[in-house]
Amino acid sequence: MFKGSADNKIEAAMSELVPEPRQKPAVPMKPVGINSNLLGYIGIDTIIEQMRKKTMKTGFDFNIMVVGQSGLGKSTLVNTLFKSQVSRKSSGWNREEKIPKTVEIKAIGHVIEEGGVKMKLTVIDTPGFGDQINNENCWEPIEKYINEQYEKFLKEEVNIARKKRIPDTRVHCCLYFISPTGHSLRPLDLEFMKHLSKVVNIIPVIAKADTMTLEEKTEFKQRVRKELEVNGIEFYPQKEFDEDLEDKTENDKIRQESMPFAVVGSDKEYQVNGKRILGRKTPWGVIEVENLNHCEFALLRDFVIRTHLQDLKEVTHNIHYETYRAKRLNDNGGLPPVTTETEENHESNL
Amino acid sequence: MASSEVARQLQNDNCRPLSLSGHVGFDSLPDQLVNKSINQGFCFNILCIGETGIGKSTLIDTLFNTSFDDRVSTHFQPNVRLRAQTYELQESNVRLKLTIVNTVGFGDQINKEDSYQPIVDYIDAQFEAYLQEELKIKRSLYNYHDTRIHVCLYFISPTGHSLKTLDLLTMKNLDSKVNIIPVIAKADTISKTELQKFKIKLMSELVSNGVQIYQFPTDDETISKINATMNGHLPFAVVGSMEEMKVGNKMVKARQYPWGIVQVENENHCDFVKLREMLICTNMEDLREQTHARHYELYRRCKLEEMGFRDTGPENKPVSLQETYEAKRHEFFGELQRKEEEMRQMFVQRVKEKEAILKEAERELQAKFEHLKRLHQEERMKLEEKRKLLEDDMIAFNKRKAATELLQAQAFASTPSVSLKKDKDRKK
Repeated sequence: MFKGSADNKIEAAMSELVPEPRQKPAVPMKPVGINSNLLGYIGIDTIIEQMRKKTMKTGFDFNIMVVGQSGLGKSTLVNTLFKSQVSRKSSGWNREEKIPKTVEIKAIGHVIEEGGVKMKLTVIDTPGFGDQINNENCWEPIEKYINEQYEKFLKEEVNIARKKRIPDTRVHCCLYFISPTGHSLRPLDLEFMKHLSKVVNIIPVIAKADTMTLEEKTEFKQRVRKELEVNGIEFYPQKEFDEDLEDKTENDKIRQESMPFAVVGSDKEYQVNGKRILGRKTPWGVIEVENLNHCEFALLRDFVIRTHLQDLKEVTHNIHYETYRAKRLNDNGGLPPVTTETEENHESNL
Repeated sequence: MASSEVARQLQNDNCRPLSLSGHVGFDSLPDQLVNKSINQGFCFNILCIGETGIGKSTLIDTLFNTSFDDRVSTHFQPNVRLRAQTYELQESNVRLKLTIVNTVGFGDQINKEDSYQPIVDYIDAQFEAYLQEELKIKRSLYNYHDTRIHVCLYFISPTGHSLKTLDLLTMKNLDSKVNIIPVIAKADTISKTELQKFKIKLMSELVSNGVQIYQFPTDDETISKINATMNGHLPFAVVGSMEEMKVGNKMVKARQYPWGIVQVENENHCDFVKLREMLICTNMEDLREQTHARHYELYRRCKLEEMGFRDTGPENKPVSLQETYEAKRHEFFGELQRKEEEMRQMFVQRVKEKEAILKEAERELQAKFEHLKRLHQEERMKLEEKRKLLEDDMIAFNKRKAATELLQAQAFASTPSVSLKKDKDRKK
């Protein structure tokens, strides 16, 4: 099992002698050895398989929130994204039913499985957003909900006896639906995104894109992008979290050309050219949902599910959650010292 | 997949399963996860415990097919120390940060009572470092260089009889802190039959003394069978060698003796291949997970309980985070204030003492001054007296002088010439 003969150069690696442990067992520094090419096959790369098996066994959680005024097609889009009846569509307000006075938060969980991968998908709907006459502070219940999930996770994490796998209810992704007016963003849109882009990954989406022609679409997207930039709103994928050049170029392309995605959702199938595809039937033709010439649904789906799903979760965990945690612990006066050094550390952090 | 944790958890949450009407695409999720991990690289830390000269370095070299360190240790170390070295290995697109920690001087001392203590301290120090990072306010866990020991290879001397007391003692102290895999070193010194008996004796001794060694996991069907078989072969009898010999028409790693050649990778000769298979190819990830989920959590729990944190208050009600922190904070500030008071008291005390001393000194000086003054006075008076005497003397003398001159003048007037002559004579 000898793979070709590679060079086998080992230069001296730094070694760290741990001093008399009775006084103070020192933690060795991080001496990094020199790269060594291996002669022969060892099997280190099987760790990839091991890891994959382990993650498939434990399963995944994914929580997606949809925000937008009613009637923009949120539920339909989610159903189209996950190809099943994930959200029940609201059948329109009856005159007898009261319009909700405040924004409600409804979280519904489902288990979906594909190719041996089990995923617990939670869709968080926000009926009532932007529907009242006076919409001031209508983002507050949403922000509260998001922070509550962080709080729940934090509480579990600081327990003495911790669960092996802490249930993750934090919102990984928030799809914000923009009305296709063709002009620019509304003040409500800007306010919402300004407040929430700091606590959650926001992906702006232009709803009901079949009301715009191609030129209108491009112009509108440009204007929206400009407005977001002028207002300092960092939507996902955030520029500051690009890890390396590869990520940066890939994400730059998405940020500057495709986003915000102009989508059309549908859960009805029609016959086109002998195939059954999802679409919307109109007197002047059938709008194919998965056709890239018609709308950008396929791009959104690939972006969110096929390439950046894990990254959404990681940014939520490593950045948004950590920010919340740091803020929370600082307000609380910080953690009591584990040793006196930590105390000094944390005092200098304040 | 058989019932996984997700399914169990979901039944508890009342989530309904949903069927998909088409291909969504999230089955690429494990791939996304794996790609991220590949970019970050992996960490693996091995601790080797064994007597000097038992073949630890050689075995590690053979396992990873590289010559890591050429240094040979002496037998005359005053106590046990640990030496950690980190290497970066790469195979296809997997980058591994491998840290090997060796015990230097283990088993060489005359009094071996404290031999295991440095090792326990080292392992605890790694857990402590991780715990510190986890408790920080501004922390960066995702690019933290994990130095916790994932596996401990314990090298047993091939005496053929039983475990040494030192081995038992050390393993007993380590089994709750690290995954222990015992190996029989230099297995080419034992014959096949002796080896069987030795292995059985060792395992029964470990069991009867309650030492928990690492069991290869058997809950995943794909590897459970092979892991179960391997569990029956523990401890592995290994031979290490980096020298290559020609056997048949291949170059193999072997040790050459006058009576034959022991091939390292021949399963009939020794269990090296089994060890490599189990350690690296099958269970590396599980070892890392056990370290984090079992040993580290245990350490964390003990440490936090030691510090006084509880999950439930005195009446078994859950204590909120805030209350605990407030209580701790109060305590801490109280302590701080007390210390401050103490210091202030001490300061005042010292000042008083100093003042007293200074006063004393002042008094002394004053007394001296007085004394000197008195002396001075006395001297002066004496001098005055002497002067007066002297003056009196001078006056008396002057008087007598005047009287004598007068007499002379009268005598001179009565006998002028004779006196003149006499005077002249006298004047001469």
